[in-house]
Amino acid sequence: MKFAVIVFPGSNCDVDMYHAIKDELGEEVDYIWHDADSLDQYDGILLPGGFSYGDYLRSGAIARFSNVMKELIKATEAGKPVLGVCNGFQILLEAGLLPGAMRRNESLKFICRPVKLKVNENETMFTSAYEKGEVITIPVAHGEGNYYCDEATLQTLKEQNRIVFTYEGSNPNGSIADIAGIVNEQGNVLGMMPHPERAVDTLLGSRDGLKLFKSIVHHWRESHVINA
Amino acid sequence: MYKVKVFVTLRESVLDPQGVAVKHSLHSMDYKDVSDVRVGKYMELTIEKTEKDVEEQVKEMCNRLLANPVIEDYRYEIEECVAQ
Repeated sequence: MKFAVIVFPGSNCDVDMYHAIKDELGEEVDYIWHDADSLDQYDGILLPGGFSYGDYLRSGAIARFSNVMKELIKATEAGKPVLGVCNGFQILLEAGLLPGAMRRNESLKFICRPVKLKVNENETMFTSAYEKGEVITIPVAHGEGNYYCDEATLQTLKEQNRIVFTYEGSNPNGSIADIAGIVNEQGNVLGMMPHPERAVDTLLGSRDGLKLFKSIVHHWRESHVINA
Repeated sequence: MYKVKVFVTLRESVLDPQGVAVKHSLHSMDYKDVSDVRVGKYMELTIEKTEKDVEEQVKEMCNRLLANPVIEDYRYEIEECVAQ
């Protein structure tokens, strides 16, 4: 499986993402600059964390109009898995590929620490390697991770089982319904604030994030690899 | 030429943590009669002569980029002026 890590001016978790895919997962991966004209040769698209365009105006607001985003929307419509982590999640929200918006953390502090997450849904292409209800440890690092959506949207997310991850124990940023990650209606776009790519080796304190990437590959193999 | 002032604030229904922090600070400075503070953004745009409808264009820019309609409201003032 071949992954693209989209690099915007100001991305800073692109290297972590690349490392997770290449060294820990053992799959192919390329860095793709934000002005790229095609993502056709990639099977999975990763939007890394960081501060695209300096987070000027709002997190993700300017990145959403990058040239590569037209291609990303095409990839989304083609059903390819698209994962946005942290700033990547913010970009997906700004692009309208996921519903809702991000506010500053309730505490107004930048938070950077491991948090406990509950895997609410394991019947997605991103979480099939987890048990339903499994509690995992993944680090967060953000100042604007306070997810918000209106009551009707929240109801839809619940009814369609799209709240994939919730914070367990304490909610670090004040997000509505303890939401840490959601998928789109088709189930192929996941946005999450915690960083699974920073939890792929026990050396980093946790390898609970690796199963997320393994789930994606597993799903892709099941639907694409033809038995010889 | 047009000078456009754009004001963006979080919607009334959305908690504004920065506003709350500023309010608390004002209270601790003894300005107890301040009942609410909303922190927002202020932008100034200069638009050269355009064939398009300026107001239409400003609204479109606000909805697409300058504000996030999911959580933010905006208002604007358009002033026509002569280039110096």
